Amino acid sequence: MATKRVGGSTIVYSTPPVIVSAATVAGPKESEGPMVEWFDETVPDDMFGERTPEKAERRFMEDAIKIAIGNAQVLPDQVNVMFAGDLLNQIISSSFTAEKLAIPFVGLYGACSTSVQGLTMASAMVDGGYADLALAVTSSHYQAAERQFRYPIELNIMRKTTSQYTVTGAGAALVGASGGKIKITEATIGKVIDMGIKNPHQMGPAMAPAAADTIFSHLADTGRNPEYYDVILTGDLGRVGAEILLELMVQRGVPLGENYADSGVLMFEGVRGTGVGGSGCACSALITYGYVWKKMCQNEISRALIVATGALMSPLSWQQGESIPCIANAVVLEA
Amino acid sequence: MVSPGAKKQKADERAKYQRLATSIVPKPPLVRNAIVAFVVGGLICMVGQGVMNVFTSRGMSQDEAVAPTLATMILIGAVLTGLSAYHPIGEFAGAGAAIPITGFANTVVAAAMDFKREGYILGMGAKMFIIAGPVLVYGILSGVLVALIRWLYRG
Repeated sequence: MATKRVGGSTIVYSTPPVIVSAATVAGPKESEGPMVEWFDETVPDDMFGERTPEKAERRFMEDAIKIAIGNAQVLPDQVNVMFAGDLLNQIISSSFTAEKLAIPFVGLYGACSTSVQGLTMASAMVDGGYADLALAVTSSHYQAAERQFRYPIELNIMRKTTSQYTVTGAGAALVGASGGKIKITEATIGKVIDMGIKNPHQMGPAMAPAAADTIFSHLADTGRNPEYYDVILTGDLGRVGAEILLELMVQRGVPLGENYADSGVLMFEGVRGTGVGGSGCACSALITYGYVWKKMCQNEISRALIVATGALMSPLSWQQGESIPCIANAVVLEA
Repeated sequence: MVSPGAKKQKADERAKYQRLATSIVPKPPLVRNAIVAFVVGGLICMVGQGVMNVFTSRGMSQDEAVAPTLATMILIGAVLTGLSAYHPIGEFAGAGAAIPITGFANTVVAAAMDFKREGYILGMGAKMFIIAGPVLVYGILSGVLVALIRWLYRG
């Protein structure tokens, strides 16, 4: 009988691991937004001096890891395991980076929910006593994602009213048993939810029900209400998806209040040409490890529920007319 | 085995959610889009007419001037795409930038630029027409069908 659980889908870490250090590396468009002051490194050239956007994405990820472990003053070979994932086919950004750094590696795919997926797994390894230090890493890149999931970059295409803009950047968190202020106390593993949205330009509307389901399960499992948290942060629903989520939570009888925010909306507030907000694996990672984690370290936020949302379709599945299955995973960060 | 009742309930839930989503998703600004497409598309056509006038003023007949005019417009579309200037026009004007032949040139060059990284053979050569391909296939097909109808009708 598993003892470190509560309710249907929530893990309770018995000795909550801590975030020893975290790092964020952001691209040029992200640096135009209001969150720029919270990033550890901003890169003015989204190609990072590389020939392909895929190579550039790896550089973002590599830098995030190096800054995170550098700030913690550890060497790559002291890290026991790295959980990493990204959006590219066969998660090449993660595996190529893991090869370069020679850290034992477990690849994850959770689309844009990967940041929380990684944090959940890294925390479980540390809490379980299987690792002293575990990394959770994720990255995304506008050009690399655009050409894989949508159209060539220079194509003349008009944005839809629900289009989002993939965040270029990477976030890494180093999880350990001690040595940090912010604890990871619980994690809620979401179910895959598909409400039949087929339009790949409507990621927010497709993912909102998954976010609602996971938040609802989390609150039910832990017996809390939304006010328990200073911040409830979704990953990349965008303005439209966030509005739908608020409505869904009202319908379920647990309305979210002023403490709710969406990373995609925060990322690109006031930045032109970004549609209804940011998306991509790095979206929730940059806001969580940049803004939220740092604010927590400064004692301005004490409890945060991070809900990363992912759309689990592939270009093949939507071209074959399938709807978009979505997931949301949540972790609780407490100061 | 999922019971028919559960299946129906799931379908109802999905339909209900999709109604909710549709009510919240902002509607595209159709009037704005139509006006901008008309104006920008019209401006591109005016440039085309200007190019054609240059050719006819140099002594070409109207018929002779068509091919070099199209070639020039394709060149303009291709160069603008290469300079990353056609994408913003498309983002602003939608069909106004997509329908003229400059837009067709854009689809080919944009794909060529993107897939060049996978090499000239398996990348650019194989995938250059990934967007323009369907236009060619169905353009030629409908041309043949229309010609067939005309032939049957007029003998």
